[in-house]
Amino acid sequence: MSSQITISVNGESRDFAATANIDDIVREIAVRGRYAVEVNGEILPKSHHSNYTLKAGDIVEVVQAIGGG
Amino acid sequence: MKAADDELRVFDRKFKSRLLVGTGKYQNFDETKAAIDASGAEIITVAIRRTNIGQNSDEPNLLEVLSPEQYTILPNTAGCYDAKTAVRTCQLARELLDGHNLVKLEVLGDEKTLYPDVRETLIATRQLCDDGFEVMVYTTDDPIVARELEEMGKVCVMPLAAPIGSGLGIQNRYALRTIIENAKGPIIVDAGVGTASDAAIAMELGCDGVLMNTAIAEAENPVLMASAMKKGIEAGREAYLAGRMPRRAYASASSPLDGRFFS
Repeated sequence: MSSQITISVNGESRDFAATANIDDIVREIAVRGRYAVEVNGEILPKSHHSNYTLKAGDIVEVVQAIGGG
Repeated sequence: MKAADDELRVFDRKFKSRLLVGTGKYQNFDETKAAIDASGAEIITVAIRRTNIGQNSDEPNLLEVLSPEQYTILPNTAGCYDAKTAVRTCQLARELLDGHNLVKLEVLGDEKTLYPDVRETLIATRQLCDDGFEVMVYTTDDPIVARELEEMGKVCVMPLAAPIGSGLGIQNRYALRTIIENAKGPIIVDAGVGTASDAAIAMELGCDGVLMNTAIAEAENPVLMASAMKKGIEAGREAYLAGRMPRRAYASASSPLDGRFFS
């Protein structure tokens, strides 16, 4: 059984496999369309989403464009 | 200048429409799309938020309805009250839009008035210019601030007509005139218009464009108001290019006095 880590995704604590990367998170929270990702306050470029391995306590923000003026 | 050749230039970008619209406050995406189509706008603002906040996960994403291939997307920093948060939002927007570097900066100072915090706005504008952004910046109608912002780099100054969402119309046309007279680049009125005549007045003053959201979205018939705004903008622009007659204190007869058959 693989070990789990707890990270913050959009302000909520969630458990993921210790081997999870950003693509796994995005799949888990069912993001539709374009998005951008920040880890611990720093932008993580798309090209790094599949090879960034999460650490316990990471703070991940996944953002999208929504209606606004 | 012929009105037909007239176009809005923002940095190296050219647009036929001088109406810029927001995408907030609509009932649903169908209404958003219909209103934007009726407005003829080419530049549309969007907000950047956490996923699944303010939207139903079954619905398409906004950018699937209004695609970046069809429109120039202008991500905003609405809700930011300091330079740091606003810059961070712009950087996320640029990542989201594959390096698209045009942003609408707004750094607010007060929840009640949504007036800009000019000190933080100046700091954020400087940082964004240094980071390679093209910055369309919401600010007060202060000519000195407008000049200072414009000197920072690729900056398009967007003074308010009245508070965001107030619909009060243009409150200080003399300040706007001064900003326009001093400007080297385009000046776009952002916020405060309520109806088509407000948009026309802004354009008659010589503004290069008007950005609005609530005036269309909160109209009883948003699609019809979007069409009215398009015409108001075009009418105001043509009137500005045409050059209005001078104002007189007294009447000036339109029919000749000679040749009257009565005495």
